[in-house]
Amino acid sequence: MKKAKSGRLELEIVTAILFLVFLFPFLMVLMNSAKTAFEVTQYPLSLPENWGNIGKNIVTIWGSDNIHYASSLFSSFFITAFSLVFLNLLSAQAAWVLVRTKTKLSNVIFFVFVAAMVIPFQIVMFPLLTWLRTITNLTGLRLLRTYLGMIVCYIGFGISLSIFMFHGFIKSVPLELEEAATIDGCTRFQIFYKIIFPLLTPIQATVAVLNGIWIWNDYLLPLLILGKGNAVQTLPLAVSNFAGAFVKQWDLIMTAVLLAMIPIIICFFIAQKYIVKGMLAGSIK
Amino acid sequence: MNSRKEKAITFWLFLAPALLAFLAVIIVPFFMGIFYSFTDWSSSSKVGNGLQFIGFANYIQSFLDPAFAYSFGITIVYTIINMISINLAAFILAMLVTSKLKLRKIYRVGFFLPNLIGGLILGYVWQFIFNNALPSLAKLSQMFSSLAVPENLMLGNQNTAIAALVIVGTWQYAGYIMMIYIAAIEGVPPELHEQAMIDGATAFQRMRAIVLPMVAQAFTVTMFLTLVQSFKQFDVNVSLTSGGPSTMFQGQPVLGTQLLALNIYNTAFLSNKLAEGQARAVVFFMVLAVVALVQVYVNKKKELEL
Repeated sequence: MKKAKSGRLELEIVTAILFLVFLFPFLMVLMNSAKTAFEVTQYPLSLPENWGNIGKNIVTIWGSDNIHYASSLFSSFFITAFSLVFLNLLSAQAAWVLVRTKTKLSNVIFFVFVAAMVIPFQIVMFPLLTWLRTITNLTGLRLLRTYLGMIVCYIGFGISLSIFMFHGFIKSVPLELEEAATIDGCTRFQIFYKIIFPLLTPIQATVAVLNGIWIWNDYLLPLLILGKGNAVQTLPLAVSNFAGAFVKQWDLIMTAVLLAMIPIIICFFIAQKYIVKGMLAGSIK
Repeated sequence: MNSRKEKAITFWLFLAPALLAFLAVIIVPFFMGIFYSFTDWSSSSKVGNGLQFIGFANYIQSFLDPAFAYSFGITIVYTIINMISINLAAFILAMLVTSKLKLRKIYRVGFFLPNLIGGLILGYVWQFIFNNALPSLAKLSQMFSSLAVPENLMLGNQNTAIAALVIVGTWQYAGYIMMIYIAAIEGVPPELHEQAMIDGATAFQRMRAIVLPMVAQAFTVTMFLTLVQSFKQFDVNVSLTSGGPSTMFQGQPVLGTQLLALNIYNTAFLSNKLAEGQARAVVFFMVLAVVALVQVYVNKKKELEL
């Protein structure tokens, strides 16, 4: 018995050490955001002399023309929020009609959506730019360097997985519910928006988490669609612009990194349960 | 309106926006991309005119380019090491936090946290750690004095820079894979453990006979997840090493840590060879398609066994 207890203590210590190792980089970000340019190069591992510096650095980042923190934060938020709303709505309604229509065509369409998950971003990214320019020429809709372009692209790239997730869930929704509503005189539109869509909240949360984390952190698509030095830029793009312009100014780069990390960490602590559950559900795709 | 007709109309109306976005963003560019890879497409050429069909020239050029061959090789090496490293770390972490530790909930959150932050941002953090924090240890003790020598910087040497990519990749991804293992381990009914303990099985025996078979299914999932994730690595590559340092390969200088995704990007935009970059992207896709087919096959076989 005594042996088992001492074994547990060792496990506790090992895990605690690993925990600190995992958090160490976050600690480095926090510590070095509160240092002066001199301190950060001379003593990167020690505690800052004056934690008050962090406020000064944040003010510098906030006012920097390279990062435009406030507007980048807004852009990231705007793009993520609208992409998620449309993805949820459009993929839920598409998945519903695909489940409820038992034709060969419907099966083929679903199969193509799922099979397309194999297509990596790299094979479509160059032609996508040419193609979006063509659409702009034909229709007048500006898609490059705009919010609209970003949101449309995220809908396109996220739709396969989202439809797949909704499809699996809707299959388990009993058909009797819809039959009863039809008898009561509901139209198909009403059936979906009044009865089915509200039932999908758990899977909506999952789909929002899966797409949200990826869209929020994405770097390559904004780099291609928005480009560098655009008035519209997302946080990862802004941080990379800043790091490129202020090479080796680690006190400021760390502050920029800290400010970029804070929003998603706050989100995580608010919605921890959903995030972990959502990401687990996504692993089985 | 009869209900059949209404159903058909709803079908297309509900499907149309999703289908349209999907066609516009994925399907059309996908086929354009395959087509362009056989042409002399460049950033100055316009759609539909002036494109010359040049057969497999872009593919041949790609495979003759030492930088591409090198990136291909290094990506495979990185993928294998990263897969093993992530899964090993994740499994150990999962075993630790499913034992009855007091703070196991907090530990789980801590291990998972890096996964929330984008690879691009994490790459900068680790660049600072490898280039500034580690060398500064030399000031503390003679023991670490070699760390401050510029030639010894992790990111300054091709092999250790790959190791650095693996360290960051593992740190970023292990917590996520750990969560999948935790779900599998906690799916083991406690009665099994109790019965085995009554029968006198040691902790090690229980792990081999009960836990491992139960997480075998999870292994298939995590192996493919980490394989694809590592093979596609781009963000950390950009911000941690930007592909550097240079090294020699087949008598030519190449970027020592330029993984495939970065090589594709650089070919198109830095070297201005759009069509050749596109051909490389097609090769990249084909590798991933084969991986996906193998995955489907393995899963089907597993299902039959059950």
